[in-house]
Amino acid sequence: MFEIFGIPSQALFGQLLLGLINGSFYALLSLGLAVIFGMLNIINFTHGAQYMMGAFIAFMLLQYLGIGYWPALVIVPIVVGAIGIVIERLFLQRIQNLDHLYGLILTFGLALIIEGLFRNYYGASGQPYGVPESLQGGRNLGFMFLPNYRAWVIAFSLIVCFGTWFAIERTRLGSYLRAATENPTLVRAFGINVPRMVTLTYGFGVALAGLAGVMAAPIYNVSPQMGSDIIIVVFAVVVIGGMGSIMGAILTGFTLGIVEGLTKVFFPEASNTVIFAIMIIVLLVRPAGLFGRLA
Amino acid sequence: MATLANTKAATARRETDLSIAVAAVAMVAFLIAAPFLLYPVFVMKALCFALFACAFNLLIGYVGLVSFGHALYFGWAGYFAAYSAKAWGLQPELAVLVGAAAAAVLGLVAGRIAIRRQGIYFAMITLALAQMMYLVALRVKMTGGEDGIQGVPRGRLFGVFDLNNEMTMYAFVLLVVLAAFLLIYRIINSPFGEVLKAIRENEQRAISLGYKTDDYKLVAFALSATLAGLAGSLKALVFQLASLTDVHWTMSGEVVLMTLVGGLGTVFGPVVGAFLIVAMENYLAPFGQWGLVIQGAVFVICVLAFRRGIVGELAARLHVRL
Repeated sequence: MFEIFGIPSQALFGQLLLGLINGSFYALLSLGLAVIFGMLNIINFTHGAQYMMGAFIAFMLLQYLGIGYWPALVIVPIVVGAIGIVIERLFLQRIQNLDHLYGLILTFGLALIIEGLFRNYYGASGQPYGVPESLQGGRNLGFMFLPNYRAWVIAFSLIVCFGTWFAIERTRLGSYLRAATENPTLVRAFGINVPRMVTLTYGFGVALAGLAGVMAAPIYNVSPQMGSDIIIVVFAVVVIGGMGSIMGAILTGFTLGIVEGLTKVFFPEASNTVIFAIMIIVLLVRPAGLFGRLA
Repeated sequence: MATLANTKAATARRETDLSIAVAAVAMVAFLIAAPFLLYPVFVMKALCFALFACAFNLLIGYVGLVSFGHALYFGWAGYFAAYSAKAWGLQPELAVLVGAAAAAVLGLVAGRIAIRRQGIYFAMITLALAQMMYLVALRVKMTGGEDGIQGVPRGRLFGVFDLNNEMTMYAFVLLVVLAAFLLIYRIINSPFGEVLKAIRENEQRAISLGYKTDDYKLVAFALSATLAGLAGSLKALVFQLASLTDVHWTMSGEVVLMTLVGGLGTVFGPVVGAFLIVAMENYLAPFGQWGLVIQGAVFVICVLAFRRGIVGELAARLHVRL
């Protein structure tokens, strides 16, 4: 056991780890927001509710059907993504030519509906969701204790984030997507079904939120308001990073998680406002965001 | 030809003035009769929200700025008004002024930060700033945290009128709200208001015409925040309570809903919307969380099928401005 700046290493690295975990959720969620914004020009306020839905569906699968964590990791994103596709077809497609404002308000309304429904059946209190058996326990690294599940969350979200980055920036499908973001009319002229691509993009972005929800379930309590708590922070993350770049969203998410964790060690009173404070500073110094371009 | 066009414009203008005057008379008549027909506290609550929604509408309807964090000014002004009335023993009119002044300062600071980005980012920034101040309200001593500031004395207006009498309180609230309503009407019809509308329609063009649009936006934002603060201060006095509900993001959503239902960018829409939503919440209160679901559904329906809102729709049918 040793100390850094008068803080025991266990506490410091423990908070750093927690920060990294939060950071992985920020990254996954802001990544989805950025992808959706690129294609649909909509800020998906429902994103938080969809993350919460992911956690709840995992919980319900276990509770009612006895389906555990690993299958849930596959099933839940598909279900949340499918619901997202229905939402896109039913609602979002109708407002695609309207002002930004309406997309925001519409998805806000949908978020209220989803949160209200879950609150109705499960109340405001949290439901427990256990860590899967194969990831229970942890290992002692000497300077800190590393629970296996947390290590898994960080590793897996890194894989998902960089996989998404690779798919969008380095594959043929991704290049269609980027082209359609730049100029949908031209891409349509090449015979590519852009509306279907838009729908699938929304489904994919939302599935990422659902996946984040499943991963979050064993760490936080599964509760109806977990989505609205995190989405506003993620908005601040998106403002800080700018939505222009996929890599930017990932880096900003992880970095801010770590900063938040460190603040918890050195200045605990400010830990839940520090991201907003950073947002203010970034806006004053570099209004376009760290990785953004001014529109 | 020129004279013909002028007369036409003049007639149109007169018709507009007429329709607004008729609606204004109807509204005032309703508000004077209301406390005798309905619960005065209910009407006062609706009036506070009507002012809140009008202040919000000044920004969204006439400058095209979407603030998703207006609870910040509404709620924090309530805290300042309640604190100054309770801890410093200020008279009610001064407490309300303290609340509004606090909201003005908050609005200037938050506006300065938020207008650095446009469109959708503006909405996200205002929401994030409001959430930050919500978290501050949870922690600082002055707000009383989870308990809020309870048992705020209504006091005597100007040291004379006892506001513990419901009717006196009602008269006070009504006069303040009507004065603020008139002020907003003046603002949107002033040369300053015309510039705001120009910014809404085409900001680049307004800039190229030589207007410092950022300054205009900031002043409009601060004005809107101040008036929202006035509403929040009044509400704190009426209910003798300032609590976390009023700074929470759901309150920011609520004011969007009221304005949207009534009609964005209409003069009377926010008032109608506020009364309707407050009434709806009264009826939905026993249904618990279904209230949230229904509120969400109203949002969705308004956006998909009813974007002009009630007053906007009415005005379009009657071919008048309301």
